[in-house]
Amino acid sequence: MEYVRSIEHGDIVHRCFRCGYCKFPLDYVDFNCPSYKAFGWDTYAPGGRMWLARAWLSGEIESSQTLAKVFFSCVSCDNCKDQCVFERFREYLPDIFREVKAELVSEGVVPPEVRDYFKAIITNGNPYKLPREERGTWAEGTGLKEFRNQEYLFYVGCVGSYDEIGRKMARSVGTLLSQAGVSMGILGSEETCDGNEVRILGEVGLFEELARINIETFKERGITRIITLDPHALNAFKREYPKQGAAIEVFHYTEMLAKLIREGKIALAEYPATVTYHDPCYLGRHNGIYDAPRDILRAVPGLELVELRRNRQFAFCCGGGGGNFFTDILGTGEDSASRVRVREALQTGASVIAVACPTCAKMLDDAVKIEGMDDRLEVLSIAEIVSRAQVR
Amino acid sequence: MSETLQSLKEIVGERGVSNRPEELWFYSRDPGVLDPHLPDYVVAPKTTEEIQKIVQLANREKIPIVPMGNGMALTGLVIPLKGGIVMDMKRMSRIIEVNEMARYAVVEGGTSQGVLAAYLQDHHPRLRHSLPDAPPTTTIAANVSLHGQGRLTQQYGFNSDMVTGMEVVLPTGEVCKIGSPSLGPYWFSKGPTLPDLSGLFLGWLGATGIITKVGLKLFPNKKFRDAELFVTDRVNLVPDILYKLTHLEMLEDINVWFQPKPYIFKDNYHITIYFTGDTEEEVEFKRRMIWDCLQEFMDSKDAGFMNTQYMKEMLLEMPQRGIAAFADVPRGGGFEYSGPITIIEHYPQYAANVIRLAEKYDLLYASAARLISGGHSMMFSISFAFNRADPAMMKRVKDALDEATAFVLEMGGVPWKPNYVEQRMTMEKMDPVSRNLLQMVKKNLDPNGIMNPGNWEVN
Repeated sequence: MEYVRSIEHGDIVHRCFRCGYCKFPLDYVDFNCPSYKAFGWDTYAPGGRMWLARAWLSGEIESSQTLAKVFFSCVSCDNCKDQCVFERFREYLPDIFREVKAELVSEGVVPPEVRDYFKAIITNGNPYKLPREERGTWAEGTGLKEFRNQEYLFYVGCVGSYDEIGRKMARSVGTLLSQAGVSMGILGSEETCDGNEVRILGEVGLFEELARINIETFKERGITRIITLDPHALNAFKREYPKQGAAIEVFHYTEMLAKLIREGKIALAEYPATVTYHDPCYLGRHNGIYDAPRDILRAVPGLELVELRRNRQFAFCCGGGGGNFFTDILGTGEDSASRVRVREALQTGASVIAVACPTCAKMLDDAVKIEGMDDRLEVLSIAEIVSRAQVR
Repeated sequence: MSETLQSLKEIVGERGVSNRPEELWFYSRDPGVLDPHLPDYVVAPKTTEEIQKIVQLANREKIPIVPMGNGMALTGLVIPLKGGIVMDMKRMSRIIEVNEMARYAVVEGGTSQGVLAAYLQDHHPRLRHSLPDAPPTTTIAANVSLHGQGRLTQQYGFNSDMVTGMEVVLPTGEVCKIGSPSLGPYWFSKGPTLPDLSGLFLGWLGATGIITKVGLKLFPNKKFRDAELFVTDRVNLVPDILYKLTHLEMLEDINVWFQPKPYIFKDNYHITIYFTGDTEEEVEFKRRMIWDCLQEFMDSKDAGFMNTQYMKEMLLEMPQRGIAAFADVPRGGGFEYSGPITIIEHYPQYAANVIRLAEKYDLLYASAARLISGGHSMMFSISFAFNRADPAMMKRVKDALDEATAFVLEMGGVPWKPNYVEQRMTMEKMDPVSRNLLQMVKKNLDPNGIMNPGNWEVN
């Protein structure tokens, strides 16, 4: 039987002009599409994907590992959606890329790294292939308690639970918030992957199952307000879970920290440093949170905040979104997003890159090492900066 | 693996060459209406040395090479009509030098217009280049090689007139410097006072060599920019209006446009007049001069200035993003245009022809003309939008544009960035001695006919 491909937005893929505005930020200072920057072929740019999607849907080209690499290397940073000049369909660009990935998943044509990612989530509940029991060990020694009717759930996600840099960030945030009097608990080993990357990578069924498990847990435990460590989890909870029946209020930790500082619940002492801030795509472009992290940094006495050349809505992704943090399809070459980004950070004259996302933290930290900038540039989470500046 | 593929990999590495079906499919076409043709390989070199080795290989093996910037000429100039190698130049994108005092920049050929504009804004804010209204991904070398125009063309001529030197890889593989860089380190003149060899490459659409570096004139970036919009429904008055405006010798750019949609623009001819200044007084002085020189048309109630407050931001945008958005007016992702160069006094006939062709072929049109060199000529665009999912509509656009080119040649105009069919039409019309000279140049520079074959071929 012949397999007939179709995607929900298949009737509009021909409307891309492939003019290339989508590759840039608004002022055109450099290419702002991480996969195009890394691979350098037009096929890896949003316009290339749109044209290939049309050729593939019409049968002019076949499913292949190359085609899969083209689509699965998209980091879902949403720059193309913001910069495309075709106002009447640009909002569907990320949907189209996700729908093609979902169709490739259905056909079983995915890069091996993506297959392994799905497999790890299915068998271990996390992409690190580590036991579920270890999921809450990051909190040991912090004094954070299991969620039992506190006001907020502090949800840390897979990177915050298992990655060393993520765990450090989770500890900083958890400690800061609880010390400031925020009533919150954690799920520890009962926490389940939020599924944001699973969805973006096109495994719709697995995402729905993860969302179902999480929503059930939230309902059973009476969780209605959540603080996330990870902007990716924030995105899934805020934008996707309500479609699955969740009734939750979701905040990113930087929003909470900014509020606590504003209310004088965290006192800050001098922290003399020149700091630049990297906007995470899932906090900034996807969810419009640009000011809270900056408000926190500006509140630190002695700290000078200098902006990256590409910032806020025009920020360049770290390259870790869309599952690339785990699949590493973009690689670590000279033009990989994280390396480009730390070089850009160094040009600001800052000695610290502040981050608000554990994925960005790890990506940029690795890039600093590859670029040999360890002696000049430090990657620190906003929570760690606040901790260092905190009056004790 | 074929020997050619292996050789290309040895030159540019695994990541610099592809014969994968996905890249071959994509690089076989441009966004216009011409049929695609598959290349055998796509390469993306990063240095002149790599290009030199690729060209030497291609010349030895008689493999066609088609250099490509962003492929936005829309007239199929990057379609590999005879297969071979498509060379994506965009990885050669370094800005090598800006000489602030001599007001020129030296860039690699694949540098995009947008990146150069942003670089100048950041590092040399007193300077600017003549930015085209094409998308910012279009490249400097491609633009000059097809005699592109830009925001400063009204004042200073075609963007190719602004070239101050070139490095070119010849079809036989030699690397050749053109102009002052052939004598020393400075890139201030592409020709004078030497014989101007740049004409062997500019306008040749990649058929005589690959431009790897370009020296480009930069111009003062004034602190203030403004625009006025003068509107008339009397097309016959347009040449006289333009003549009076160019007499002022103080305008940045003059565009004339008409389009049937949205309704507010229907049946009127709009002249956008751009002017700049270093002080508000200078800008206001120029505004007053513009108004004064057009007073007679207002007195006769034949024309008037339109309030531009609500569209000022769009008018002043560089490049104008709305131009690309024309492709989505029929919700179809495409438009193509012919942009002949003509004399200003022919504007009314050209305008009538656009409307006639749109009616004949049942197409949506738009036209935007740009004055060149203070009014010595103008680029007159004949633009038709199409739905990429409607092959019959695409065929009508192709036929309409072919007919437009025939009209241009009848009127004594010169087609701009003509596709291979239009090139043929042009050469048939051309004085035979001129045509033979073209052939002589092509044959001598490219004895094996490897450079963008199918273009500027006499036979």
